[in-house]
Amino acid sequence: MTGLKDATAIVGIGQTAFAKQLPESEKTLACRAIIAALDDAGIAPSEVDAFASYTMEETDEVEVAKSIGAGDVTYFSKAGYGGGGSCATVAHLASAIATGQATVGVAWRSRKRGSGPRPWKNTAVQLPTPAQWTRPFGLLRPADEIGMLARRYMHEYGATRDHLFNVALACRNRANQNPAAIMYERPLTREMYMSSRWISEPLCLFDNCLETDGALACVVVSAERARDCRQKPVYVHAAAQGLPAQHHGMVNYWNDDPLTGPAWTAARHLWKHSDVTPEDVDVAQIYDAFTPLIPLSLEGYGFCGRGEGASFTEGGALEIGGRLPINTGGGGLSEAYVHGFNLINEGVKQLRGVGTAQVPDARTCLVTAGEGVPTSALLLTS
Amino acid sequence: MADPTDQALLTPVPDDDGAPFWEYTARHELRVQACAAPDCGELRFPPRPCCPHCRSFDSTWRRMSGRGRIWSYVVPHPPLLPAYAAQAPYNAIVVELAEAPRIRLVGNLVSSADARLDSVDPDRIRIGARVQAVFTETGGVRVPRWVLERP
Repeated sequence: MTGLKDATAIVGIGQTAFAKQLPESEKTLACRAIIAALDDAGIAPSEVDAFASYTMEETDEVEVAKSIGAGDVTYFSKAGYGGGGSCATVAHLASAIATGQATVGVAWRSRKRGSGPRPWKNTAVQLPTPAQWTRPFGLLRPADEIGMLARRYMHEYGATRDHLFNVALACRNRANQNPAAIMYERPLTREMYMSSRWISEPLCLFDNCLETDGALACVVVSAERARDCRQKPVYVHAAAQGLPAQHHGMVNYWNDDPLTGPAWTAARHLWKHSDVTPEDVDVAQIYDAFTPLIPLSLEGYGFCGRGEGASFTEGGALEIGGRLPINTGGGGLSEAYVHGFNLINEGVKQLRGVGTAQVPDARTCLVTAGEGVPTSALLLTS
Repeated sequence: MADPTDQALLTPVPDDDGAPFWEYTARHELRVQACAAPDCGELRFPPRPCCPHCRSFDSTWRRMSGRGRIWSYVVPHPPLLPAYAAQAPYNAIVVELAEAPRIRLVGNLVSSADARLDSVDPDRIRIGARVQAVFTETGGVRVPRWVLERP
């Protein structure tokens, strides 16, 4: 059985502008990104018969399908857990297309989190678990929840704020090369990082992603169909989701080993179904809502050993020309935080060879979704 | 800055599984759900209907000594909800219980049961420090807080 391996490809990508505030609605932004992605692929919207999105998406497939003029839709899915579902959208479309349930799939994300409400401010509705065990004690925001894991990680492995700065800097340096990034032409220095205001100690301003308005989309078809499309196909070589045993969501403190997150589970499946190993990955787009997610993910996806993620960031390893260039568009930290979908499109750009910070001859790209919640990942190849 | 006394901290919204925990804290007791199957008895947190070790649906609530160690902590700064911003920067800690280190509770380190969330200087907080549970009332609900065993 060949399974999903290289059976499908991403043939179109599209995006809107990214900004702190955009005037158009989420629905309008979603439609603009989807139509741009279909145009990029050279496929008519009437041919779309599959949609995939992930939770916390305000625009549903009914609205999107009738707005863009899709044909009869035979497959639609919505992956759970917010930013953990970004890569699962492409995985679900790949599965549907590889098994004959659909032929042209669209995945998208549209958000107005730059100008819209923040979920953590909603005090009227508390999810019963685990909010009753955390929020009354002032653990209110994702930064507080991840900060707790970051402090423990620093304590156990000798990681420092300089390591977290290495992550923030690599993303900012790439954004400085990307005219579409919110942080284009806005360099970051170590002094700026070290003297910035705290959000939740040990995390400062620059350890946190950008709240952004914007939308992105991509188009998935069979590998056979991809050969006739306008763009060079980027193959879905492997895909995985990950929900580890006894996982508790972002507050994974009750697991036996809270520093072993969903990345580890997704990675085991991903590599098992790949022809390549972590050593073969030319470039990675690693979900970066917060800087500590990078060392944790580097360990989970097998680029280094347990506890070595922080030291891995030393010596420019994450920069272009380094051991593993990451988040080459600037990532959630410095391009735009669109719940990780910009990482998928950036992976496609790198494998087409058109990245604004192009890794020379990139042939293999790992893309990951939100770590710290049930997650997903893609291994893309050209 | 608003006066913290006219701002309410969030109170727990218990679900069916969690409700007993809060009924016990109202009596100044720290209890953790345990499997009631004779050959199991494993503690589990957060509470849930079924034992993940033996799949028994029988459970009990075992009283803890209230002693533990700080596993990690953060010091949140604004922007925060108003009642929390009024006491920020404060601390939130995770405590691993002495009897069961893999049972960890989120809480706050305070100088005494009814003190503010910022009543302990963050420089005095360290991972591994021994702490003891105390109880305070907030918004009509009694919640656990933590004090250093050796202040």
